[in-house]
Amino acid sequence: MTSTSKVAYVRTDMLPEQAPPPGVAGPVKWLRENLFSGWFNSLMTILAIYVVWSVLSGTLPWVFNGIWDAGSLNECREIRDARGLESAACWAVINERWLQMLFGFYPTDNPVLARLFYAEELAAAGGAEVVFGGGFNATQQVEFISAMKDDVSNAAIFFFGYWRPLAALGLLVVAVAPVLYSNLPRSLLIFSLAYPFIAFFLLWGGSVWLPVLVALGLLATVMAGRYASAFVGSLGGLIVSLVVFAIIFMNPLGAIGVDGLFPLLPQLRGALDGVMPWGLPYTASENFGGFMLAIIIGTSGIVLSLPLGIALALGRQSSMPLIKWVCVSFIEVIRGVPLIVWLFTASTLLNYFLPPGTTFDLLLRVIIMVTLFASAYLAEVVRGGLAALPKGQYEAADSLGLDYWKSMRLIILPQALKISIPGIVNTFIGLFKDTTLVVFIGLRDPLGLTNAIRATSEWNGIYWELYIFVGGLFFMFCFFMSRYSMYLERRLRTDHR
Amino acid sequence: MADISDHPRETFRISMLLYDARYRSLTIQVVAAMLIMLFLAQLVDNTVTNLAVLGKDISFSFLWSTAGYDINQQIIPFTSQDTHARAALVGILNTLLVAVLGCILATVIGVFAGVLRLSKNWLVARVMTFYVECMRNTPLLIWILIVFAVMTEATPQPRDFREGGTAAMVFADSVAVTNRGVFIPRPIWADGSGIVVAFLILSIIGIFVLRYVARKRQEDTGQQLPVLRLSLAMLIVPVTLAFFAVGRPITLEYPELGGFNFEGGLQVRNSFIALWLALSLYTSAFIAEIVRSGILAVSKGQTEAAFALGMQPNRTMQLIILPQALRVIIPPLISQFLNLTKNSSLALAVGYMDARSTLGGITVNQTGRELEGILLLGIFYLITSLIISSAMNFYNSGVKLKER
Repeated sequence: MTSTSKVAYVRTDMLPEQAPPPGVAGPVKWLRENLFSGWFNSLMTILAIYVVWSVLSGTLPWVFNGIWDAGSLNECREIRDARGLESAACWAVINERWLQMLFGFYPTDNPVLARLFYAEELAAAGGAEVVFGGGFNATQQVEFISAMKDDVSNAAIFFFGYWRPLAALGLLVVAVAPVLYSNLPRSLLIFSLAYPFIAFFLLWGGSVWLPVLVALGLLATVMAGRYASAFVGSLGGLIVSLVVFAIIFMNPLGAIGVDGLFPLLPQLRGALDGVMPWGLPYTASENFGGFMLAIIIGTSGIVLSLPLGIALALGRQSSMPLIKWVCVSFIEVIRGVPLIVWLFTASTLLNYFLPPGTTFDLLLRVIIMVTLFASAYLAEVVRGGLAALPKGQYEAADSLGLDYWKSMRLIILPQALKISIPGIVNTFIGLFKDTTLVVFIGLRDPLGLTNAIRATSEWNGIYWELYIFVGGLFFMFCFFMSRYSMYLERRLRTDHR
Repeated sequence: MADISDHPRETFRISMLLYDARYRSLTIQVVAAMLIMLFLAQLVDNTVTNLAVLGKDISFSFLWSTAGYDINQQIIPFTSQDTHARAALVGILNTLLVAVLGCILATVIGVFAGVLRLSKNWLVARVMTFYVECMRNTPLLIWILIVFAVMTEATPQPRDFREGGTAAMVFADSVAVTNRGVFIPRPIWADGSGIVVAFLILSIIGIFVLRYVARKRQEDTGQQLPVLRLSLAMLIVPVTLAFFAVGRPITLEYPELGGFNFEGGLQVRNSFIALWLALSLYTSAFIAEIVRSGILAVSKGQTEAAFALGMQPNRTMQLIILPQALRVIIPPLISQFLNLTKNSSLALAVGYMDARSTLGGITVNQTGRELEGILLLGIFYLITSLIISSAMNFYNSGVKLKER
């Protein structure tokens, strides 16, 4: 050190650090590496910029010059011409009809709306008892309601007129949260189990005792089986459960001609309705529509198809030839035929296969069909996961002395389902998108409602705005699901990377 | 599982049917078989009873009665005097046409988008991600309706093509895009065109022979033939020579504006185009993801190993990456083809006359034979699916990694 410090041409103090040359750091470096790394890359960039620009320059003015306040398409066009715009979206149709797109023809809770926002007029008409309680005839009631809806804003109708589907949706989020995010308290799962009954009550209404008694009946079935199996073994427990179920929900003595004693459920319901006639106005399934319908069909299909799909996948792997054969043929037949044909079957042919005189709700039939369809696809996804597990896992579970169900529940399925998460979520996304197909059998899904809106004289000839609205809603839900599956994959990954 | 063979054999007791793993599966299967048979018997009994109540029977004779309706797109000739069976056949051919063309276009766009999504170019990758996410997360039905609306609402009317009109034909005045469909030139097959076609088929067979010879030669001697150039020459030269030698038998008839609509040429209906494009665009997004994951599935070590052996990048792609990626790509690709074929039943939304609209639609409505019509339709789709998926299994067993 000392010897070098004496030499005149050796620098002893450090030079200050200089900024890197502009080409190798900062945005310029980024641009160079990611957009202009070679002539081909530069060409691609320019091409991409051109494509993006031509798409955006065509659509953005149309979107942002959009007209939000008009009563009809012609009015929209007049406003557009008056403003001297070349093209402008007519968002007024969304502004006017968004409630219908969301809920279809689901009835609003008019007494609530009237009490909250139309109190003076309600009092003038004689109070809610007169207007909604039978004092007004049907025509007068319709006039009163339409006059009220003209005065009350759409947002108010959304929040208070449709509080039932909104509450069902809000509670759905609460019910699903503990399933999706494992860091929430496990006790919330009890609410998730109760949710289907709550949702049924909120959406369809009717007597509160029907869902309550069905839930209690199922609970009694399960508890009786559990309690009994401690004394008489698992098979005995199963038989006890079946007997309890039959007493509550079916008429086990019907075959020998003893009627009126069983099932217990309607008897109890009648008694309770007599004492405490609580409930909400009943809404028939025919009134369900719009995006709400897609969510109802999609959610029920997703929830019901997962257990069925896992069962089918296990059945397909079974060593029992009959079970395997039945599962394989079910899966292949369901997957081989398009959903639209199955829906058509559900709407027209199901009546042939059911006992004579049975009819049940089209919506329920659709949900069953969609569930069966999705479960066949899920079974294949889960089968892939089962097949991807090393054979050693099965052998290890056997060597620990676990029986079939325990080895599946504790060793195989947790790993297999983890591998198949992306496929499972893709199936769910597919199911949710396929709910649009119910338009072909006459249910009023969002796309069917766009046709209904276009059929009115005001909005005849309007396409893009409606399709963008519906497509955007679907995109939101499906995109959330796919992002959630990515999150789940990351969180469940146990290998070290 | 829990077989202990050296244990002294117990005498059979009834309870072993439940508690002994050897016999339990038998019990379960017998019970299941009884339940299934009970279910099927109930189903058949219900159907027979219900049909009897309605005064119907199960009969397929309606297939041979006169259809009485027109089909606007026919691959084989069809008039309303033909039978329902022929109408069904026309519908089936229409389904297959849109399915095959859709699979081709979807593969082209999908491979393109998938490769571009992996591009090092930031902007291109983002644009392609946007495209794929938009397509995948919105229902197919919306896309079909949107493309149909574009075709019918945003295209000019035929009268706009008149002198001084706002619209013009494209591709050297050979193609007209109108709101009544796209008009393209129609090939006219004169005498002698069979010879040209025969030459074409022979050249294609010749190319396969050439490839076989070239591979054999390379394996034996190590010499490579310029296969690509030779195949191109074989494809083009003989056919061109034959075409001119026979005296140009194949000519094109161009569409021309006459009166209120185009005449001559081939009218490709908007319903077909909407269905075809929407199916292809939608499926291409899924194919793009499959291609992308297939390429990503080949580990980077493979590329590095190939480079270490001194291979050129394009030879690496051709000989190392693609064969391994294709093993991952082809099975899900084929199941996408299957999905596309089944999704083509959405033709109903735009009035394209596919099997669902003829056999499962108008025929059923006219004859009142829902059960038989839907059954036949289901069988058609099922057979198509089974053929495609058995082709996939055949391919899979061929390229499967040979492990222990």
